[in-house]
Amino acid sequence: MEHTSWLSNSLIYLAAAVIAVPLARALGLSAIIGYLAAGIAIGPWGLKLVTDAQQILHFAEFGVVLMLFLIGLELEPRRLWAMRRPIFGWGSAQMLGCTGLLLGAALLAGVPWKLALAASLGLAMSSTAIALGALDERNLMSTRSGQSVLSIALLQDIAAIPILALVPLLGSGALSHADAPAGWGALKAAGMVAAIVLGGRLLLRPALRWIANSRTPEVFTAAALLLVVAIAALMQLVQLSMALGAFLAGVLLAENEYRRQLETDLEPFKGLLLGLFFIAVGTSIDFGVVMQQPVLVALLLVGFLGAKLLVMWGIARAIPLPQGERPVFILLLAQGGEFGFVVFQTASQAQLMDAATASLLLAAVALSMLVTPLLLVAVDRWLLPRLAAGKAPPMSEINEPQEAPVIIAGFGRYGQIIGRMMYANGIPATVLEHDAEQVETVRRFGWRVFYGDATRLDLLRMAGAAKARVLVLAIDDIDQSLKVADLAREHFPHLTVVARARNVTHWHELRERQVQLIERETLDSALMSGRSVLEAMGWLPHQARQLAMRFRRHTVQQLEEQRPHYRDQAKLVALAKLGRQQLEELFAQERQDREQRQREGWGQ
Amino acid sequence: MASIQILAAHPQLQHSRVTRALMNSAHALPPGLVEVRDLYALYPDYLIDIAAEQAALEEARLVVWLHPVQWYGMPALMKLWVDEVLTYDWAYGGSATRLRGKDLWLVASTGGPQESYHPGGYNRYFFDAFLPPYEQTAALCGMRFLPPLLLHGAHRVTPEQLQAHVTVFTDRLRSHPDWPELDELEQCPQCLVPASARPAA
Repeated sequence: MEHTSWLSNSLIYLAAAVIAVPLARALGLSAIIGYLAAGIAIGPWGLKLVTDAQQILHFAEFGVVLMLFLIGLELEPRRLWAMRRPIFGWGSAQMLGCTGLLLGAALLAGVPWKLALAASLGLAMSSTAIALGALDERNLMSTRSGQSVLSIALLQDIAAIPILALVPLLGSGALSHADAPAGWGALKAAGMVAAIVLGGRLLLRPALRWIANSRTPEVFTAAALLLVVAIAALMQLVQLSMALGAFLAGVLLAENEYRRQLETDLEPFKGLLLGLFFIAVGTSIDFGVVMQQPVLVALLLVGFLGAKLLVMWGIARAIPLPQGERPVFILLLAQGGEFGFVVFQTASQAQLMDAATASLLLAAVALSMLVTPLLLVAVDRWLLPRLAAGKAPPMSEINEPQEAPVIIAGFGRYGQIIGRMMYANGIPATVLEHDAEQVETVRRFGWRVFYGDATRLDLLRMAGAAKARVLVLAIDDIDQSLKVADLAREHFPHLTVVARARNVTHWHELRERQVQLIERETLDSALMSGRSVLEAMGWLPHQARQLAMRFRRHTVQQLEEQRPHYRDQAKLVALAKLGRQQLEELFAQERQDREQRQREGWGQ
Repeated sequence: MASIQILAAHPQLQHSRVTRALMNSAHALPPGLVEVRDLYALYPDYLIDIAAEQAALEEARLVVWLHPVQWYGMPALMKLWVDEVLTYDWAYGGSATRLRGKDLWLVASTGGPQESYHPGGYNRYFFDAFLPPYEQTAALCGMRFLPPLLLHGAHRVTPEQLQAHVTVFTDRLRSHPDWPELDELEQCPQCLVPASARPAA
């Protein structure tokens, strides 16, 4: 296995990912766990297929770099500037709090202070990849807790610079000797950042335009990659964090017209490289160390996780974050991270730390990275439902029963339009929405908004379902939508349910539940587009409108006619094929009807 | 299907006094006798179901057009109904006999008072001057155009006047076709549309 070729290596990594990740997803676990498990499986403690995890780790760190570049792309300089307080405030609180607590504990345990300081600094660092990856997976990036996590992760990247400068000093003890290079290094670093900022502002736009004009898409992708690699390389040259540099470059390009293009080009690389990174972390977990001193590793793991959780809990309270977001926020930055690896390596090179201690710490950090996604699953499945059940409306301000005649469940793109229309006509509506961020926004406009899951009977009751007249079902998730429809029928039969159907199957399922007023969400906008096509093909506007309206009536009638057979169909056809089968039937039926339709003035 | 089909058209029924009162009173009549088709409720998108409308007409002995007069004629949706439902070869022309012999009764209200429909008033014509399009529509379909039931100055009628109007309306519906004045009414003129008046096939 010493000279594994590039080809067989790719084979192993890709196969591991392709097998493990879908398995993890099927088990309801996050992709990150899948990658980590794949890493453990192919590593020296599993199938022994891979032994050079460290090398791969270095390569895969690039995934983190790309991720921060892409996050930077989403943040305009103005917004970054607005984040300066959370970054330096909460970020510093996390670093100082965690380091202080860990240092205190280590000193109490009798560890020499230099070693204790280096270890605490290393352990205080979190895994940007895991934290932001998990946020991404849950679509929490734009929430308040997501932004706070990002702020803290950014400060850690910034803090890595002085820490990596400090650790060798602790080892050598010759402070006077190191002074000059450190100052020189800082100057070089500042110069490089300035150069990147200026270069990004002045040169990149024309350069990207020139490349885009070549009309060779893969070259633009290459340019996007080159851009990030070059920035990372420049940053490494002056010993700054590559990820931080990439992030800054991303921010600089956030207002650039090629931003979307860069995003789409780099996104797949980010995903794959991050996956590779997690696999490498899994591979590098040294179970040898763990098995030699299981108690010590466990103590270390529990101890430092506990200390960091405590600090994060304090920060979550101080910010303060909404109750429902807190557990995830607290957990996301508790684990150790890739910077910890680097700190320990630097420390052992500086002979501040012996190899055994370093590998002990490394094992603890790597294990913590494995534990975090698992703990997240526990939080999701066990803690959050309990928190939600503990207090009826999780958001404290609204706990008196509501009496608006209209309840809107789900306030995404569909529910909002209905809500605004009610608002415009002075009809009070109570909104149920499970996205906390959305809730905050809507509430600012003086709406009655409940944070929470409409599939909960108590919440529906609190929202005034017993007295309301209309329930608007605008929930994205089909299962949840049907669940609420069931609840409404069983407990509030007087409610008129106005439902949005995501697709034909959803429509049938709603009709099955006696819901009469259903709109298929895409039907009308698609018909409007169909009208535009007819007009573009030369039909007169009024005629196009009439044909579209008639088509609408026809297609609604067809669905209604199919209703009795819907169950048979579902039984006959595998669910995945259902959509196509329905389409084929509709086409066949429409062909059949065409002649008759022409007589009715239905089409030309 | 009832033998009296009332086609009601009021684009703003929520502001209506007369049309709504008439519709309500018609709803109270035996369902086998009268069916009220509220066009603006049935076709808010102006997409008339032609087949359904024609089927309802075929069952009817008496067709009532119930609407407020707007700009000296019927509301837009009702005119669209006429345009789309009374098709060639079905309602008129050639061998169309589907409506032949049925009665058509206009029950309309005007905002302007009776005095305004006078050469000296702001409407400059007697109200009869606005009726020929109705009469001729009926004639072309072979229908008998009954003397219209009109209520002028609809905005200002007293509840008593309105009630009296409603009573006349329902009495007439109940007693159709035994109306005393129908004896003097001449039969429909035959309006044959020659093939040469139609576009060549």
